Amino acid sequence: MAGSAGLYLAIARGSFRRYSTYRAATVAGAFTNTVFGFILAAGFLALWRTRPHLGGYDTGQAVTYIWVSQALLVAVAAWGGGFQDDLQERFRNGDIAIDLQRPVDFLGWWLAGDLGRAGFQLLTRGAVPLTVGVLACHARLPHSLLTWPVFLLSVLLSLLVSFGLRFLISISSFWLLDSEGLRALMVVVSMFMSGMLLPLTLFPQGLRQLAQALPWAALIQAPCDVFLERGSRVPGELGAQLLWAVVLFAAGRAAQALAVRKVVVQGG
Amino acid sequence: MAETLTAAEALTVPADREPLIAKVRWSVTSWRLTAAMWTRAQMSYRTSFVLTSLGNLLITSLDFAVLVLMFRHTDRLGGWTLPEIGLLYGTSGFALGAADLLVGSVDSLGQRIRSGDLDVLLLRPAPALALVCAERFALRRLGRPVQSLLVLGWSMQALALAWTLPRLLLLAGMLVCGTVIFSALFVGGATLQFWWGEAKEFQNSFTYGGATLLHYPPSVFAKELVAGVTFGLPLAFVNWLPTLRLLHRPDPLGLPTAFQYASPLAAALCVLAAGFAWRAGLRAYRSTGS
Repeated sequence: MAGSAGLYLAIARGSFRRYSTYRAATVAGAFTNTVFGFILAAGFLALWRTRPHLGGYDTGQAVTYIWVSQALLVAVAAWGGGFQDDLQERFRNGDIAIDLQRPVDFLGWWLAGDLGRAGFQLLTRGAVPLTVGVLACHARLPHSLLTWPVFLLSVLLSLLVSFGLRFLISISSFWLLDSEGLRALMVVVSMFMSGMLLPLTLFPQGLRQLAQALPWAALIQAPCDVFLERGSRVPGELGAQLLWAVVLFAAGRAAQALAVRKVVVQGG
Repeated sequence: MAETLTAAEALTVPADREPLIAKVRWSVTSWRLTAAMWTRAQMSYRTSFVLTSLGNLLITSLDFAVLVLMFRHTDRLGGWTLPEIGLLYGTSGFALGAADLLVGSVDSLGQRIRSGDLDVLLLRPAPALALVCAERFALRRLGRPVQSLLVLGWSMQALALAWTLPRLLLLAGMLVCGTVIFSALFVGGATLQFWWGEAKEFQNSFTYGGATLLHYPPSVFAKELVAGVTFGLPLAFVNWLPTLRLLHRPDPLGLPTAFQYASPLAAALCVLAAGFAWRAGLRAYRSTGS
């Protein structure tokens, strides 16, 4: 057991290091997230100027929401991507057959790698826009120190949910051969229903309830609310994150078991 | 017209003394043939093509859906109504989308340099820029311009504005010049990758970021920023300045009216600058040898 934990840690560390070699690209990406932070925060500010306390956020919280969501965007892969790109390539060239024969659990292997990637991106493409937001745009830092560990826990859960969703899409390639189309549709749902573009409380009644009940709310809305110390909402959102993480992992496991029996290797 | 032609000439490396018209035509033909080839290739996964196109159309609609949701809580954003903002949204989205469709593939230049693919393209008997722009041409990118035109059509009829010929000309000019400005930004930005191979994301901040900026009225932003995208990166000429004229709104910077008609000039200058950047980049290019 301890041996396999060490193995997964090594995979995660390798993935972290792999992403950290693209230094210039990381700088460029962090710059882009920051530019978007400025533009979207200005738009939010214009809205909250006409309607202070809209959706239960004061103006400072609303602006902070943008900066936190920009900081999370790449790490939680709201656009999709991360291990999905590698996995898809392996489906295309047939290497997937090798992966299934490795003496390492298939899901665990990709999860460890994806967590390593997310860790690196959180430290770079997350920290840079958030710092700029705090320094230049009066983004609001948590008032209580205790909020930080809870926030990190919530981010970890959102990474797990995000992985679970992307794993299911990727593994559908065993049946669809090419999951590109499904992935494109998933980006739409993910961007909208995660609260990436607009806090879910601003959605009209029915749509809001639907979005809050779906797993995507765990990606952005939940960690943002934790960061903004929206006290009464936090326990429920953390619970939902945990629940979805468990459900999606169970589904991923089941799909993996089915897929192994059905392998169709392309090319080679 | 003369200006655009000189600019187009700058885009091709003048290896011989062919007449200019022939060179431009040859570039366009090379682009068209390459684009057609890639379109055929993508059609071999037809289901995926349909789904990704649909996904593209939807994902670009999300920005507007967000604006509509914002307007459920207010009737003005930065002093502008939803149909007025729809005009900004439609024009900036169309310009970005059309530019992305036509030349967007150029942003993978760094990847081509790393893998050595660029050498292959340079050896082909066709203008390299046309080939780089058309490689991996993706028809599914049609989603954004189509969706933007739909929003534009809606806002045109929702605005209480008589669409006289001068106004329509100004609008058409906006769409064309905007497309040219964004295309020049794509090409000019991509040339950074000759020196800085991983600048691709950097470029997104002024193409996609720029288009997002232009969805909102200039009154939402600080004056310094508005000045920056007027005199620095000339994004304001894509739609902000001509739209101020269309809607009879005061210019937050108080610039002379001439600026509101100056988009063609700004577009020509952008093409010229992008052309020079491309030539300088090609000259500085050293193959990786792989």
